[in-house]
Amino acid sequence: MAHQDDIALMAHLMRRAGFGAGRDELEERVKKGYEATVEELLHPETQPEVDAYTLLRYQPASLLPGGQPPMGNVNWMYYLVNTQRPLEEKMALFWHHVFATGNSKVDNYDQLLEQINLFREKGMGNYRELLLDVAKNPTMIFWLDNQQNHGTAVNENWGRELLELFSLGAGNYTEKDVRECSRAFTGWTFETKIPRAPYGRFPWKFEYRPEDHDDGEKEFLGHKGRFNGEDIIDIVVQQPACGKFICRHLYNFFVADEPQVPAWPIEPPQDQKAIDTLVGAFRDAKFDMKPVLRTLFNSDFFKNARFKHMKSPAEVVVGTLRLVGGHELPKPGIGELSMQPTYMGQDLLNPPSVEGWHTGKEWINSGSLMARINFVAEKVGDTSLPGVQAIIGRLKQRGSLSPEQLVDGCLDQIGPVEVGADTKQELTSQAKEWGQISWDNGNAQIADQRVAQMLQLIAATREYQFG
Amino acid sequence: MPETQTAQKDPVIVVLQLTGGNDYLNTVIPYNNPLYRDNRKAVGIPDNQIMHLDKDYGIPHYMAPLKQFWDDNKLAILHGVGWKESPRSHFRAMDIWHTCEPIKVGTEGWLGRVAREFDPKKENVVTTVSFGPSLPRSLAVPGVPVACVAGPLEKYGFLPTIQGEQRKQVLERFAAMYKPAIGTGPVMDYMADTGIDSLKGEDILKVAPQKYSSTVQYPNTPIARKLKGIAQTHLADLGSRIFYCDHSTFDTHAGQNPGHQNLWTAVTEGVDAFMKDLREHDHADNVILLMFSEFGRRVRDNGSGTDHGAGGVAFVLGEKVKGGHYGEMPSLKPEHLVQGDLNPNMDFRSVYSTILDKWLKLNPAPIVNGTFEQPAFLH
Repeated sequence: MAHQDDIALMAHLMRRAGFGAGRDELEERVKKGYEATVEELLHPETQPEVDAYTLLRYQPASLLPGGQPPMGNVNWMYYLVNTQRPLEEKMALFWHHVFATGNSKVDNYDQLLEQINLFREKGMGNYRELLLDVAKNPTMIFWLDNQQNHGTAVNENWGRELLELFSLGAGNYTEKDVRECSRAFTGWTFETKIPRAPYGRFPWKFEYRPEDHDDGEKEFLGHKGRFNGEDIIDIVVQQPACGKFICRHLYNFFVADEPQVPAWPIEPPQDQKAIDTLVGAFRDAKFDMKPVLRTLFNSDFFKNARFKHMKSPAEVVVGTLRLVGGHELPKPGIGELSMQPTYMGQDLLNPPSVEGWHTGKEWINSGSLMARINFVAEKVGDTSLPGVQAIIGRLKQRGSLSPEQLVDGCLDQIGPVEVGADTKQELTSQAKEWGQISWDNGNAQIADQRVAQMLQLIAATREYQFG
Repeated sequence: MPETQTAQKDPVIVVLQLTGGNDYLNTVIPYNNPLYRDNRKAVGIPDNQIMHLDKDYGIPHYMAPLKQFWDDNKLAILHGVGWKESPRSHFRAMDIWHTCEPIKVGTEGWLGRVAREFDPKKENVVTTVSFGPSLPRSLAVPGVPVACVAGPLEKYGFLPTIQGEQRKQVLERFAAMYKPAIGTGPVMDYMADTGIDSLKGEDILKVAPQKYSSTVQYPNTPIARKLKGIAQTHLADLGSRIFYCDHSTFDTHAGQNPGHQNLWTAVTEGVDAFMKDLREHDHADNVILLMFSEFGRRVRDNGSGTDHGAGGVAFVLGEKVKGGHYGEMPSLKPEHLVQGDLNPNMDFRSVYSTILDKWLKLNPAPIVNGTFEQPAFLH
């Protein structure tokens, strides 16, 4: 049997690099080894893809969901819950946090899903290439109005956010740089025949219009030339600020909660050495993401960061659904399930603004805390679900459990989750009210219920909100 | 202190945040100024679609419900609000409005400080109620409760599936697990406070929709739903003093017409229904409503919209508001613009200071971090 600490470390890796894993999977991965698991995660192509046909058979409307929720959410939720390439999907979520693009304006989940697919395919590739693809991504172009950025009338929206939110961070460029950067992207637009509603929509396609491009000389971050957009991206990625900015994002998303992005120019990172290590890997790999991620997951600063990250609503919902099982098929009801992150403050494919979501502690307020607890408690309390049955099954093997054993067993099986002494005392007091539980002599149903209720109580703890 | 007469008369502030950078010049239009037409070739509001407020300014027709407030002398227009070094970043700019800290990163929201003054012993966990999925930074102060209502008020509560005798027991256990413990760190403390305060708040807030009835029909828009929730809570006399909601996104870089129109139609119709509702229930006298945005937009349009600017406009309306213009619209002359933007000439903390001093009866200086002029828009 695997050593308890190996299990806990593997659970940590799978929560961060994916969306958690049940005990069987954790034990298998421990056998395979930590670094081997990291390599497997970094090579999604070795694992099967999500079966899109099943989704379409059950939810045909999720193929081209149009502008109204929840079919767009259904599409992505199905991938999130079913993927056997967890890091690929997690990186798609990461880039969605960074390149936050929303349906509130795009009004087109077809295009938003296409953008997520770009993140899926290129999210672990080269950052320079990805940035260039994003600059040419019609959904992004529309979201930040670059189709209105003309040689004769510059629109700064994309140019500014490229620098502020997608590469360098505020404070690392001037207002003039924003202007010049925007000029370089004039003529970058997309071909469209919108709207065709109510008869459907045509896909959007990138288009470069040289006649609308300002080909004059530009002065950008100390460089001079008749720059086009791609030149700008080459200059941007070479800036020392760029690596620092992207690596701080990685740290905040995968390792431990940082202050919100607008505070970064003012507040230094909590672990400068970790950021330096990541930046070094980023530079050495010439902006390839994979070596950076490898460095990150194999580092001590990552391994020591267990539960130093507030789970995002997507992590709460997807992690719970993968744990309890039974949601593999996109059955009726998946629409409501897909909207659960929204109720907790993270409307996937529709972030509140281009800044994306505020993370960490700011996920928590009275309403979102209720939504998180209520959702997880409902799921882990449902003894008909296979994942809950699996947990019960493992505990059942011991025949009967003392109150302390029930608490420890449930904490172990649902995570392992670490709780403070006070929390544990409360859980134990509750278990003591139930007394010894046993699956003998017709008590099985009550014992099952007790396990489920203990899991619910654990899901309601503060500690459970961290991952 | 629910259900008391004094609670009902305490001054209440409602904040409606116009997220994304509202275009000042198309909101309060200097229709006689030739520079307005020169700069707004694409997105300028045609003369026949402007409702004149006076000989200098008008509002676009799609803000029509505000006209009545103006005519009744209940709408204050605060010109040129912002601050000198206004960043063009939405997020930094909004943070500064929320925390009154233009230089460093503020940790306390200005309204959170107000709530702490109102209720230092945390006797009422619904002193502040925010409608929306996230907690605005302006309300956040460690240890100060905020009830955040994301969905319908009726559904606000923990573990609704557990009912009956068991419910009491489970919720008691929950409360015990959320009691603050020494040495667990600020985030755990924050969660402890949030858990306990929400637990107390759910019983209080649930009453509001049950007690509510009204003849006023709210439009079916997100902002109107939020304002209706605010009205329900205010009318239930629960002692709530600070309400918050927002509408977005006013970031009209492109397609400003009709984008700006849809946004303001929703906001002004919602506000109109809200104030009618309060008046119908004789609960309007102790309420003022502040509308602000993190910055205004660039003077010259970009062909279909407007880019990030600096100086903007704020509104305060209510029965006790002294209607009129406060401050002056900053000059549109090219030589007076800063990087193409209106140079703010009223510090946003001035607006807060008047509200704090004249309405909420609090010393503004420690809340807004300094002493600022107070435009006299309150009786």
